[in-house]
Amino acid sequence: MDGERALTYPAGLSVSPSRGRDLVLAEAAVQIQGDTDIVGARQKGRMLAATLGFSSSELTLIATAISELARNIVQYAKHGEIVLRLLERGEQRGIMIRAKDEGPGIPDIRRALQGGFSTSRSLGLGLAGVRRLMDEFEIESRIGFGTTVTARKWKR
Amino acid sequence: MEVPILKQGPYLIASIQSALSDADLLQLRDAIVQQVGMFRSRGVIVDVTALDVMDSFATRTLRDITFMIRLRGAETVIVGIQPDVAFTMVQLGLKLEGVPTALDLEEGIAFLNKEGPVQGKEASARGR
Repeated sequence: MDGERALTYPAGLSVSPSRGRDLVLAEAAVQIQGDTDIVGARQKGRMLAATLGFSSSELTLIATAISELARNIVQYAKHGEIVLRLLERGEQRGIMIRAKDEGPGIPDIRRALQGGFSTSRSLGLGLAGVRRLMDEFEIESRIGFGTTVTARKWKR
Repeated sequence: MEVPILKQGPYLIASIQSALSDADLLQLRDAIVQQVGMFRSRGVIVDVTALDVMDSFATRTLRDITFMIRLRGAETVIVGIQPDVAFTMVQLGLKLEGVPTALDLEEGIAFLNKEGPVQGKEASARGR
């Protein structure tokens, strides 16, 4: 019953009642302290996601999203953490990527999410790109306290 | 992890063997720009077949390499972008505009042979 209810909502829409019911199948955390940890985090994420049977192009997509989020941590907060979770929501299975830091925070989230397609050094591309790659995307940021980005991708 | 750069006649071939950190990518950029002068190379091939992820940083660095090498008077071609990587790059909006790409090493060499230094100059004189 619960599963069906969750499925009536289109993916991409955040539905808080069902979010609380996501079942955690596996979890891993990767500490991010420098640019070599970016590679480690995306390799870990790819391995975890592979156990759910994601296609190889979806695995590349997930690994790339992790890469962008981990790099944001290194660039703006110096260090932080990437938490990876395999989830079950009703009939769906997927992966959650949570990037957490205690950095300076993002002054203008709306602008950070606009980010063009350019390969400029702007804050934009990373977050806007990740939002495009994943099915669900949430961001919480407080100036002086840090930023948490949570993104989920469900298996097709 | 350092990327080996091989000299092959008038060309340099940088063959990426495994996942690279940001620092590795920057090291590769600087090494190529240096060696193009050292060996008076006319072309550079960067083989990314082994890269399973090309994120915004990797893409930007490859673009930087291409433009820096062009300023040094040589041409660069990126070869071996895998189908999954190409798919993700398009989703991300990463286009590598102005950067020549080719299917593999063989096509990359054919591209550079065709470009040649003289033809290249004529082409840019025409405002290509």
